[in-house]
Amino acid sequence: MARTNGGKQAAISEDAQMAAAAVATTATTDEVLESNPLRDPRDKRLPRVAGPCVLVLFGVTGDLAKRKLLPAIYDLGNRGLLPPGFSLVGFARRDWAHEDFAQVTYEAVKQYARTPFRDEVWKQICEGIHFCPGEFHDDGAFDVLSMMLKEIDETRGTGGNYAFYLSVPPKFFPTVVEQLKRTGLAKAPDGSWRRVVIEKPFGHDLKSAQELNAITSAVFPESSVFRIDHYLGKETVQNILALRFANTLYEPIWNRGYVDHVQITMAEDIGIGSRAGYYDGIGAARDVIQNHLLQLLALVAMEDPTSFDAQSLRREKEKVLKSVRLPDDLGLETIRGQYTAGWQGGEKVIGYLEEEGIPADSMTDTYAAIKLEVANRRWAGVPFYLRAGKRLGRRVTEVAVVFERAPHLPFSKDDTEILGQNALVIRVQPDEGITVRFGSKVPGTAMEVRDVSMDFAYGESFMESSPEAYERLLLDVLIGDPPLFPHQREVELSWQILDPIEDYWATHGRPEGYPAGTWGPPAADAMLARDGRVWRRL
Amino acid sequence: MTSFNLTDTQASKISSTLTKLRHQMGAPAVGMVLTLVVVCDEAGQYDSVRAATEAAREHPSRILVVIGRDPKEPNRLDAELRVGESSPGEVVLLRLYGELTKHAESVISPLLLTDTPVVVWWPGGAPDVPAGDKVGKLASRRITDAHASRDSVKAIVGRCGGYVPGDTDLAWTRLTTWRSLLAAAFDQNVGRVKKGLVEASPGHASATLLASWLSDRLDAPIEVGESSGPGLTAVRLTLASGGDLTLTRSDARLATLSRPGQPDRRVALARRPTSELLAEELRRLDPDEIYAATLRHLAGGTK
Repeated sequence: MARTNGGKQAAISEDAQMAAAAVATTATTDEVLESNPLRDPRDKRLPRVAGPCVLVLFGVTGDLAKRKLLPAIYDLGNRGLLPPGFSLVGFARRDWAHEDFAQVTYEAVKQYARTPFRDEVWKQICEGIHFCPGEFHDDGAFDVLSMMLKEIDETRGTGGNYAFYLSVPPKFFPTVVEQLKRTGLAKAPDGSWRRVVIEKPFGHDLKSAQELNAITSAVFPESSVFRIDHYLGKETVQNILALRFANTLYEPIWNRGYVDHVQITMAEDIGIGSRAGYYDGIGAARDVIQNHLLQLLALVAMEDPTSFDAQSLRREKEKVLKSVRLPDDLGLETIRGQYTAGWQGGEKVIGYLEEEGIPADSMTDTYAAIKLEVANRRWAGVPFYLRAGKRLGRRVTEVAVVFERAPHLPFSKDDTEILGQNALVIRVQPDEGITVRFGSKVPGTAMEVRDVSMDFAYGESFMESSPEAYERLLLDVLIGDPPLFPHQREVELSWQILDPIEDYWATHGRPEGYPAGTWGPPAADAMLARDGRVWRRL
Repeated sequence: MTSFNLTDTQASKISSTLTKLRHQMGAPAVGMVLTLVVVCDEAGQYDSVRAATEAAREHPSRILVVIGRDPKEPNRLDAELRVGESSPGEVVLLRLYGELTKHAESVISPLLLTDTPVVVWWPGGAPDVPAGDKVGKLASRRITDAHASRDSVKAIVGRCGGYVPGDTDLAWTRLTTWRSLLAAAFDQNVGRVKKGLVEASPGHASATLLASWLSDRLDAPIEVGESSGPGLTAVRLTLASGGDLTLTRSDARLATLSRPGQPDRRVALARRPTSELLAEELRRLDPDEIYAATLRHLAGGTK
């Protein structure tokens, strides 16, 4: 299929014809992949390696590039997952030569890579490093980029396969995407691919998310747009699927008959740091709940997908997001807070309003807790409590499924006084793993029952150096495997859940203060107390 | 690290001492995923234990090292227990004397972790039929290393006869990086391969295996040639469409991939330490059907 169009146009220039031929021989189409005599599904030792391609990174000077993306590329190379000829092009407003960018990459790799530094791997990557200086509105710079990519195709045999990683603030998306369209870089010739990777935030409400999507989808088809929610690249998050759908132990009790409620928490101990410009006006709910926590909710609550391909997985997640219901009284069952000065982990820290660059009357929520219901047969009546916040007691992300109390206890009331509810906790970070809490007899002559924990530490039973989320996600982009990336429909559904809450907050008072280092405002505790429940002490 | 020596002991004592040591360390829970039995002699013990403990960092295991000592001495079992030594698992060195050297399985079987896989690794000499061996019988995965024998090619050819699903050889593991690069090269349309040549230092079992695998998959004659090494140095495939697809490596670290009509590309292809090979083996505990097919092809080809 990829090789039939070359001769059709008589007027085609000789150069273009040769280029087309070069592309055809390097095409990594599915048919070629399937007919590869050296691959065999039973040969599990051979890793999935991406085909020859170029990764164009916009925003290489940013923190994310330095800490995560560049080291992740090296780690992929070190694990033997980068194709021969893989090339990396940096684009930024810096007066750099290729060597300067290589040096920046080298330093980032040395400092942040998770796998040991090896000279030969660095050599392989270093040969493919290029830099294109310029600004986003500068047509000339993009023309240079376009020519550079053509040249790389020739010198490195990358076959016209480009992934564009937009690690830049969303306000630049329209310019960059428009430039990619103008220079023809967005349109893939037959037999090659073009992909675009965008980072959260995917808008700040439904409308802006749709506008943002209109920009990318005008130029790239949805199947070529990869939205990175790095939480979905985490091993523990993927393990939720394994835990639920590879075992028989949990699924029978994974419903309203046994589950009392679910708590999903993402707590950070840090403040907003240098992110004031981005954070103010966005807040915890938009920053974290809309994407990470609702995705976690979807994975925990969804029905079993028919398979693990992108379509089936996304369909099930969408079904859950569609059935999410908001509480009737938004005033009582959605809580927001804002940290005030206090002590966090032995350090005296300032309040949100005193942070640099934050207006003194800011209404931004640095803590948000909401109660949701999933209105379907499995979950009706089971509340899902979601909370996220900054400057809380410590850094922890977890999903806790708390079970009903035993319907009848054949023990006396005194014996089970300190027995809590059974719980299954999926620890996403740090110390990834799973904890099961259940009652056990206290040694002694009396029959006294109290809570104990059974613990599975992911790092203990498996690799110490499990791949970093970005490693996995970058590889998936280069291979073109989308299950771990949220679809635009999921993004929009999440905003539909959050928008009414944000609207309510915007018109009803201001966030309640909570001292830094504590676990959020008292109203959040009161919200659970009304339901006869408490937040897990983390 | 906590270390403990038991002389003239039994398996039950070793087992209870292990439990005691774990409690003393304050980590009584068992997060170990498998038992790795290493069968070796005193001379090879140090390197093997080191490789096994490093591999155990990825796969926390109970490592039982069986060291056969003088069979003429009176029967005796000595044990050296190491817990918490830079790895989450446990290491037990078992030294067998006298007649006991022939009955190692009686010591090992009470020490296996319950209901988890057992892997046996012979870093040095291995039985002709690993699955028929008394210790090998306890395991679901049996790892040999043809390169440890004097004539490694003969050793690997010999494996064909005694193959039972679950067998594997480090000579095959060493090839994974080569095979994965070659497979990546074939992800682009290459067309038919007419013939090929694998070059390596003389008497290299991995080269023999690689040639057999390529010949089996590509349905073309692949020869093994000699070079000055180190290890594998080149794969040259002659394409039906003209030209060669070659992967060459002369410094044991960086390889060059060339193919007709395309620029040469350099790619990292380093020789890997034993610990990494072992870690790869422990990652998949199901029978390696491709290895089996390659051995079968090898047996067919050499008859």
